[in-house]
Amino acid sequence: MTIQFKDESFRGDFTYANSPSNIPRFPFPFPEDEYMYSTNIEPHHAARAGSPFENAFDVDEHYVAEMKDRALVLADDPGRCQALPHMETAGWDFLELVMVSKARDYPDLFKLTMDGDRWHWINKPLQIDDTFTFGDSSTLPCHPMEYIGRQVQGDHAILDQRDGNLWMDAGIITAQADWSLDFDIGMNFFEWHAPVPLAHELGVFQRALKFLLTLPQGQPSRRLNWTLTVNPRLDTSPENYPKWGPDRMTVTPENIGEKVHLRVELQTFWRLPRSNAILFPIRTYLMAMNEVVTQPKWGRRLHRVMRDLRPELVDYKGLSRYHPILVEWLSQFDDGAPTSPGIFPD
Amino acid sequence: MGPATMSESLIEESILSRPTYGTLKIVPGLAHYFLADASGAECVIRVVQELPRDMMEKVHILYVPTPGEAALITSLYALGAKRFEHFPTIEEAVAKLGDWLSDAKMGSQLYLAGTEGLVGQGVAKGEECGLDHTAVQCEHRGSLARRVQCVHCKTMIEDVTTQPVKCPSCDLLLLVRDHYSRRLAAFQGVCINAEDPSEEIEIKEVFK
Ligand code: HEM
Repeated sequence: MTIQFKDESFRGDFTYANSPSNIPRFPFPFPEDEYMYSTNIEPHHAARAGSPFENAFDVDEHYVAEMKDRALVLADDPGRCQALPHMETAGWDFLELVMVSKARDYPDLFKLTMDGDRWHWINKPLQIDDTFTFGDSSTLPCHPMEYIGRQVQGDHAILDQRDGNLWMDAGIITAQADWSLDFDIGMNFFEWHAPVPLAHELGVFQRALKFLLTLPQGQPSRRLNWTLTVNPRLDTSPENYPKWGPDRMTVTPENIGEKVHLRVELQTFWRLPRSNAILFPIRTYLMAMNEVVTQPKWGRRLHRVMRDLRPELVDYKGLSRYHPILVEWLSQFDDGAPTSPGIFPD
Repeated sequence: MGPATMSESLIEESILSRPTYGTLKIVPGLAHYFLADASGAECVIRVVQELPRDMMEKVHILYVPTPGEAALITSLYALGAKRFEHFPTIEEAVAKLGDWLSDAKMGSQLYLAGTEGLVGQGVAKGEECGLDHTAVQCEHRGSLARRVQCVHCKTMIEDVTTQPVKCPSCDLLLLVRDHYSRRLAAFQGVCINAEDPSEEIEIKEVFK
């Protein structure tokens, strides 16, 4: 399997798009025709060859372009990558997990050679060839979390576990759906989730935390989360809201198919071996409405989900300005036929 | 910070990142550190004057008066604490608290009383100095003015009483959210008309 990495942008002229062959492997987030928050956590087992669930850390055609966008964000705002002092061991755990997994799952792209603590890492797509001493940060150009975080798609938060809670004590966050690491760093599970409507009352977070506190090593889990983003922009941070907020005013019935993107986060949960921390990768997939509706099941279902979405969620996800136009536009793809269970296209 | 007792507090319960407040009560400890501003002074007086004389050796008080006010300084001084110091700004008093706590013994207790900004910064300093959160008590008094961080330019804005508030540094009009960071001791301010900058929004006094 060779991947053709695309040269594309997530800002300015927004040349990002999915190749036709990349569309069916999109992690469509709705297993049913309606959506509400739930503790939707399942084992992160390899599933379906070719799907984004096949490998531990999915690499796709957007890899190189995403890493370039991350470098731009970090150059502009170093506060997107922060770690409290006790999180260095967890950074090494993260680096190890990514290097070992990628070298195993994509041997034609990544190579890891270990000679005791002397590690030799080759990342062909990003043209990196480095030798360093595992555990000794002076042999890397930066914190181990930043070093590996610049080489893996998706944002990554690392949660320290103590006092029966999880604490967001480190992260490299450049492609977030409107939350600030700089503000949330040091918060616990309930505090950083505080702005989410309805879910606290439903007990979703209490159950999720209980599950995560006993997450065993070697048994990762995953869940999907979603929102909508106007234009294929990765950096929708609160810091830069004045830059991307106005995009929400530009949606019309004529351009909605290309402008509005379904933004899906494949979130996985990994217990780390030395630090006992939890690694939380938030891998974002973007797909224009026009691309989503090429799969008839997805077009039908998305119409039903959007039409019946709770007003609190419409508001929290920031969809209010264009939600009615979107539902109207999607209705042309819904013939009322039943849909098959599960997320995969027919 | 313990469960909220609403009786003497003016703050309604809201989202979970927001702090909750109680009523100061002396608990056993090797040393007792107090930090208050003018609205919290009477809480300090209330609990400290109940203490037996020989305990005053363990009491240390920091105070931030409102400018020109002297009567409360006199009353606090008259309590006879081992140390009593006052500072014109919260920032200076909190820095001094840091000095004191870094020399403090295990088993020290911290008591904070006054406006949300003072209490929040005291909590953050206590945490930074390694005090367990169970050793920190807070009583909210006085104005509901908030300390707000502009999420865009990261400026800290003190004593915010309006919704929205204009950031003095980047000039954006900020919605003051309930989302609160204990580490920063601040609420989050996010541009309120970013989507449509031409939108006019009335500024109202709400945190009084
Ligand atoms: C342990 C790692 C996790 C981290 C670091 C994390 C982080 C976050 C953050 C930063 C937000 C945005 C909150 C805001 O508005 O500021 C969020 C939203 C949310 N989280 Fe988590 N989360 C984690 C795990 C979970 C789990 C296990 C669940 C399970 C149900 C969950 C459910 C949600 C939901 C439902 C939302 C609202 C999303 C939306 O409507 O777009 N999270 N999370």
